This record gives sequence, structure tokens and C-alpha cells, in this order.
Amino acid sequence: MDLICSSNFDGICLWLIWYVISLFCRLVRVSKNYRSVIRACMEEMHQVAIAAKDPASGRQFSSQVSILSAVELIWNLCEILFIEVAPAGPLLLHLLDWVRLHVWEVDILSAEVLGSENPSKHERFWNLVTILVLQGQLDEARQMLSKEADASPASAGTCKVLGDLMRTMPILSPGNTQTLTELELKWQHWHEECERHLQDGTFASSPHLETLCKIMLGDEEALLGQKELLSNWYHFLVTRLLYSHPTVKPTELHFYAQSSLDLFLGGDSSPEPLDNILMAAFEFDIHQVIKECSIALSNWWFVAHLTDLLDHCKLLQSHNLYFQCQPPKLPGWPPGLQPLRPVLHLCSLWQLGVDYFDHCPELGRVSLELHIERIPLNTEQKALKVLRICEQRQMTEQVRSICKILAMKAVRNNRLGSALSWSIRAKDAAFATLVSDRFLRDYCERGCFSDLDLIDNLGPAMMLSDRLTFLGKYREFHRLYGEKRFVDGASLLLSLMTSQIAPRSFWMTLLTDALPLLEHKQVIFSAEQTYELMRCLEDLTAGRPGHGEPDGQGVQDDDIETTKVEMLRLALARNLARAIIKEGSLEGS
Amino acid sequence: MKEIYAKFVSQKISKTRWRPVPPGSLQTAETFATGSWDNEENYVSLWSIGDFGNLDSDGGFEGDHQLLCDIRHDGDVMDLQFLDQERIVAASSTGCVTIFLHHQNNQTLSVSHQWTTAHCHTGPGGPSCSGAPCTGVVCNNPEIVTVGEDGRINLFRADHKEAVRTIDNADSSTLHAVTFLRTPEILTVNSIGQLKIWDFRQPGNEPSQILSLTGDRVPLHCVDRHPNQQHVVATGGQDGMLSIWDVRLGTMPVSLLKAHEAEMWEVHFHPSNPDHLFTCSEDGSLWHWDSSTDVPEKSSLFHQGGRNSTFLSHSISNQANVHQSLISSWLSTDPAKDRIEITSLLPSRTLSVNSLDVLGSCLVCGTDAEAIYVTRQLFS
Repeated sequence: MDLICSSNFDGICLWLIWYVISLFCRLVRVSKNYRSVIRACMEEMHQVAIAAKDPASGRQFSSQVSILSAVELIWNLCEILFIEVAPAGPLLLHLLDWVRLHVWEVDILSAEVLGSENPSKHERFWNLVTILVLQGQLDEARQMLSKEADASPASAGTCKVLGDLMRTMPILSPGNTQTLTELELKWQHWHEECERHLQDGTFASSPHLETLCKIMLGDEEALLGQKELLSNWYHFLVTRLLYSHPTVKPTELHFYAQSSLDLFLGGDSSPEPLDNILMAAFEFDIHQVIKECSIALSNWWFVAHLTDLLDHCKLLQSHNLYFQCQPPKLPGWPPGLQPLRPVLHLCSLWQLGVDYFDHCPELGRVSLELHIERIPLNTEQKALKVLRICEQRQMTEQVRSICKILAMKAVRNNRLGSALSWSIRAKDAAFATLVSDRFLRDYCERGCFSDLDLIDNLGPAMMLSDRLTFLGKYREFHRLYGEKRFVDGASLLLSLMTSQIAPRSFWMTLLTDALPLLEHKQVIFSAEQTYELMRCLEDLTAGRPGHGEPDGQGVQDDDIETTKVEMLRLALARNLARAIIKEGSLEGS
Repeated sequence: MKEIYAKFVSQKISKTRWRPVPPGSLQTAETFATGSWDNEENYVSLWSIGDFGNLDSDGGFEGDHQLLCDIRHDGDVMDLQFLDQERIVAASSTGCVTIFLHHQNNQTLSVSHQWTTAHCHTGPGGPSCSGAPCTGVVCNNPEIVTVGEDGRINLFRADHKEAVRTIDNADSSTLHAVTFLRTPEILTVNSIGQLKIWDFRQPGNEPSQILSLTGDRVPLHCVDRHPNQQHVVATGGQDGMLSIWDVRLGTMPVSLLKAHEAEMWEVHFHPSNPDHLFTCSEDGSLWHWDSSTDVPEKSSLFHQGGRNSTFLSHSISNQANVHQSLISSWLSTDPAKDRIEITSLLPSRTLSVNSLDVLGSCLVCGTDAEAIYVTRQLFS
């Protein structure tokens, strides 16, 4: 009975679920599509059941087929009664289709009979004709009778009479504009004619034809005589309605249904769960249908879908149905979705989950957010797909967290460029700062930049964080230096410090970078700029002693530092002297 | 009326590729390979659309494609390429690159060769290596070039155990796709909107040329080269934009065409009829772009069903108009003269169309909705 949680959760079922949910959004045709998918799934499974090599798995597939078939039977009936809401007249036509759809043997039987050498002598010929009449397929029945007439000229006359009765039976055709009253009148006439023939003993010579005529008169005795061929009470009900109350109103249905069930079972056996479900449907008791289904099918999959569908039809609004039929609560999941939970946790179904939650009016969004966070992201491509889903739904928090996860992952993998890209996409300033620091640290260690293709093309994204701006600008200084545009480079370098973009910890590196410019044979820094550089150096060294580390390493570092500062001071002083001379001589000339 | 046949295959399809037909033969496409992703078990499968002797009532072939054989694949199939008639190269999300051999006599697939750590991340700790998804593969028998999320480019030869050439950290961001420009030059696209040309003759790990989209750094996901005019390149981006590039001119695209509403996953010039181009996207659409100039004659046919002529080309470079007669219809950017007809090929939008391939009059595409679509009358 357990369709979804069964260990044998195979591809065909998955395919069904896929389709079910992707259809879910379009309500107009959805119910029919749903059924056709169930049917296609059933056929596929039937094939698999036949093809299955070991009998055990064959049996399992067969049992799943029978569950699906029951599900479809119920669904179809609910569709006719609750969704299409067929009025008197068309109602019966729908019910006939419903019965025909669920009695499969007719096609097989008719193929078997017609395939034989002499159809009318086939042992099940009359069975076939009777079934056709029981299902109201009178055209087909007539054709069969004509075969009999051809084969035995003696009965040709009576066959023709019955054939004519079949042909003239008034039925409501979809395109026809005749009113129900007209139909009822014609039908009454036809009924009387049939009765007259029966009274006159037209068919006395052929018991088969007589039985058929009785069936067409809606004779309960005759109908119950065909129990074998009717196979179940709801077939009996529909046939009985067809030949005795063709214009049955929806409200009268339950009365006929109950009496048909009683007549058919005749007290021999008690109704089974499926009977109860169908009976509840005939009584138009939606809640009873759902309750019975949930008891009978032992899982919530089908019930949830049916409930949702009916809910979409606004059939459940006045009732607080969700509380009546709640399975045990699982935290974080809306009741209607509980049954899907195991399904959605199958890793490949996450996209479906999104579709599904989109159509849950109340808790869908919350569930979706929870759902998104649980999707494993093993490749960037998958991450992009998830991001797209989030961005379409303005789930900014999730977008941020996904980008952050990817950025962290990239950092762990030593892919700083990727990490920076992801933090830019997430607009995560803090993380961009962190990655920029890593870049700068690497630069200090190695003396060259990695990932230039990215850093050189930051564009407006550079403004995301101060550190990132610094990284981009500092790299720009290197480029200017490389292109021997020393004056531009020098003023950029200085502005990085004076505008406080550069972190204090990096100032020494910047000042060291200034050394070759100070020592250049041309004067690059003006006197003004040199004063500013000096102030920067003094600012830096003034705060320094307090942070001095007491251990040996610190002392050694301090030595190097002191040398550096001495060198800088010297270079600055020399540059200042040159600049003053140069500026003075320029002014003078 | 173009007929498209759908088959549901119970697995998300990441890649579809036609088996190439022998050069010079009159055969039409009849076998294709697919790769799946995001399932508990992923497969590389071969399918046949060939006739099994049964023609339907209209004299056409039966639409359904049949599974010939399949084989388990470790990880998501990220890319798939035929090396030759019987060998398929698959790129995996585990960083592994595998050559599968198709035994046509008994319809089975087997692993012919495998480079298990073609792409990997080296953590900050040291030489420990964890697989990085291999995102793209391109073949020119016997050469195989792969790119990955680790920013590495590998050049393999089908008969060599080790990589012939590896460029580590070729890209600071993720490389999304690769194609041959002119041997031995390749073209890669990355997640910060750059197109890089690499020349395997040159040592070092610097590209010989970088082209990029302006400013926005929109990631590029796919690239294809014009089959006859090797300087004409089409790329598709995260914003669904189709860009046409002339790699000889400038560093910016010649034209940008507004296309899909989400990531463009693949772009393909028609191999023998390159005025036609095909794109597919995360938004669930599959488009046929027709830039052939004799539009009026064809229009009656292409107007049905599709959205026609949404020509939104932004002319960026006018240099292309100098040699009008010599230049591919894709490079001319005069909207008054040329129109591009766009037809949508899939009936209804579903989930992402991840991959497509065209050969002759046949097209195959695979989707996240677990369906494979095939049409055999592209130009009917």
C-alpha cells in the first residue's frame, strides 16, 4: 500500500511525481492531466511488471499498478462530481466514460473475439455483446449483432429489430441543443417501444436477445443476472441509471448509489474501503472522501494532492479541513506538505519542491526558505540554479547566504579570485574585506599579485569595501609604476595614505614602495608631497613603541624596521632637498 | 510544422550530443549521447532515433528514441563530447575526465581511459588535493582540452596517460567553457565575463589575449566558434544575453543581443548552415536564430509559433561594416539591412533546458524536467 515510502522507489514513480507537481500550477486541465499521467505511469509499470524477471518484484509492481488504478478511479470520480460539476444529462455521460475507462477487459475481449475465424461462434461472443450493452456502447453492440445476423439468417430479423432499438435510443450528445425535457419525452417513447417488443415476444426465440432487451429496459433482475460481467456495484449503478434514469440529477445520485450497492452485494459481503470512498463521493461528502482515502491508502500522498486540488477549486474554504486530517506534525512543514517531505528530501527533487512551495498559499514561502537551505551545493552550476530561484523570488537573505557559502568554500580551496567574485555578488563587504586582506598578505609574502585578471577588472565593484578599493587602487599604482608613469603613481600612492583608505598596517609597505621613487634620478615627489610623506612616517612611528613585542623575534623585527625607517628618513630628506632646489630654480628662472 | 518528440527518462539531463557522422557520408544523425546530473546515480547513455524498419503512416520515422546502452558515471556529468565515432569524453563534477568506448557490436559502454584528478583544489594547508568540478571539455581527436572550477586548463591526448600540458591557475575565477579557435589556440570563458585566448605554443600561464564585456562582469557560460569563419565567436551569459565577437577586432563584443531571461547554458552555430544559431537557457526556452538574409521568402514559415524578429542589437563596433560582402551575417550590425528571425522551439516552458546539439536537420536537447526532446525537421 505504501506507494511513496516504499523501498522500491523506482524511476517510474519519480517520473510521475515530477509530472504531477509540474502540472500542479495549471488548474484548468490539471486534473485530467494528472490522471493521464497516473495512467501512463500505470501502463509503464504494467510493462515493467510483465518484464520483471523474478516473481517477487513482478508482484510488487503489480500491486503498485492496482493501487494506482484505484487512485485513478477515485480521482476521476471526484473530478466529475466536484470539479466539472456536471449537470443532469452530461453527468451520466461522464459516469459512463468513467466506467468504460476502468473496465479494461473490453478491448482485450473484443480483439480476441473479432480476431477469431468466426466471431459470432466464439464462446464469449455474447459476453462481449452484453458488456457493450452494459457499458452503453450501443453502436459497437449493433455491429456485433450484424455479424450474428450474417452468420445465422434465421435470427437476422430479430437481430435487426434489436439493432434498430439500439440505434434509436435517444442519448444526449455534447453538441446537441435539445433540452432535457425533450430528451426525457423521446426516451419515454423509446422505452415503451422496447417494452412492447418484449411483451409481444419478438425475442422469445433467442434468450440472448431477450436478455439484452431486458437490460436495455433497465430490468434489475436482468442486470443483477450479469453480476459477473458488471464486476462491481458502481458499474451496475451506472448501467442501471443509463437504462432507467438517464437524466439523473447529481442530488439523486447518492440514493441510487446506496441502493445499487445494497442490491449488488445482496448482503453477501460487506463494502470494502474503496466502496466506502466512492460512496462518500456519490454523497458529495468531500471530507468523508478525504478521510476514507487517508484511512484506506495508509499514506498521505494521494490525499494531499486531491485535497490541494479541491482546495484550489475553493471547495474547502468554509471548512477547516487541514485540522481534521492532519498527519502527525513534523516541525517546519505545513500540513498539506507533510506527505511530500520524504520525496523532496530525495536529492534530485529539489527543483520540484520549489514549484510545489510556490503554490502553497500560506506557509509556502517559509518552507521554501527552509528547503533552499538544505540543498547541497556540490558544483557552482547547481548553486547558480538555486541562486536563480532565490533571485526570482526576492529571497535576498538566501542569496547572500549561498554566495557566502561559495565564497568560504573558495577561500578554503585557495581560490581567492573566486571568493572575491562571490562576495562581490553577495554584496558582502565584510567578506570582501577579508578576501582583500588575504590578497594583500599574499602580496607581502610573495612580492607579486595573483589573479590580476580579476583585480584589474573590478570596475565599480571596487567600491564594495574600503579594503577592496585599496586593493584595486594599490594594484593600479603597480600598473602605473610598471608603465613608468611615476608622477601619477606617486600621487596615487600618497593619496592612499592621506585619504585613510590604506590600512595603517600597510603604510610601511607603501612607504617602502615610495623608496625607489624617492631615489629616482628625477625628482618625482614635490616638496609639498614629501612633507606629507614625512608626516605619514612620523604618524606611523609615533604610535609604534607602545606595540613593541618583548620577545626576541620582535626585537629582530624591530631592528629591520628601524633600519627601514632610517633609510626612509634619509631618502625623504634627500628628496626634499632636491625638490626644494628644483622648485626654487624653476620659480627663479 | 516542426514536430518535437519528448521522452521522459527519469533523470535530469545535463548534456546531449549527437554522434558525429563520418565526413563525406550521406548518413543523417541517428545516435546521440546524454549525460545526467543531480541524481543519486548518474549515467552516460546512448540513444538511437534510427528507424527500426517501421515507418509511420505519414512515411516519416517514428518519433520515439530508444536507449541503446548506458553506464554509471561518478558525479554529475558536467560536459560531454564525442572524440570520434565510438569514443565519448565525459567531464565530471568530481574533477575526473573519462573516455567511454562504445562497442557497437554488442551495444555496451566501457571505460577506456580515465584521468581521475584532472581538476582539483589544493587547500591552503598543502598538497592535499580534493576534486574540483571539471566544467568543460572540447575534443579535436586526439587532443582533449578540459577546464574546471579550479581555473586550470589541461591538454590531454587520448593515447597519453599524463596530461600533455597543464596551465595551473590559468584563471582566477571559474572557467565555464572552452572551445578550439584554430589549433593550437583555444578560447575560454569565465565567471567574470572574460573571453581568453590561449596558445599552447607559448610557454607560461598567461593568455595571449583577453576580451571582456564592459564593466558589469556578467559571467559567461558558453562559447561556440563559427564553423567557417574562425574569428567569429558567440557567447552566452548569465543575464541570457547573446554576444557576438570578432576576436580580430578590439576587446569588446561586436553585438549584444538580448535573448533569454536567465542563464544561457549553451550556444551552437549550425555546423553546416552557420547562418543559423541555437541557444538554450535556464528559463526553459530553446531558440532558433536565423540570420540568413533572404528572410522575406522564409518568413511565412518562421512566423508561426515563435516570436519574430526581436532585433535588439546594440551596435558597438562599426568597423565590421567595412568588408560587408566578406563578413558573416552575424557581424553586420545594421538593423535596417539584416533581420534576425527568432523562433522558440519548445512548446511550453518548463524547467531549465541544459543542453542542445544540432546536426544536419536534427536537434536534441535535454532538460531538468527529465525530458529529452528531439526534432528531425529543423528546416522543414
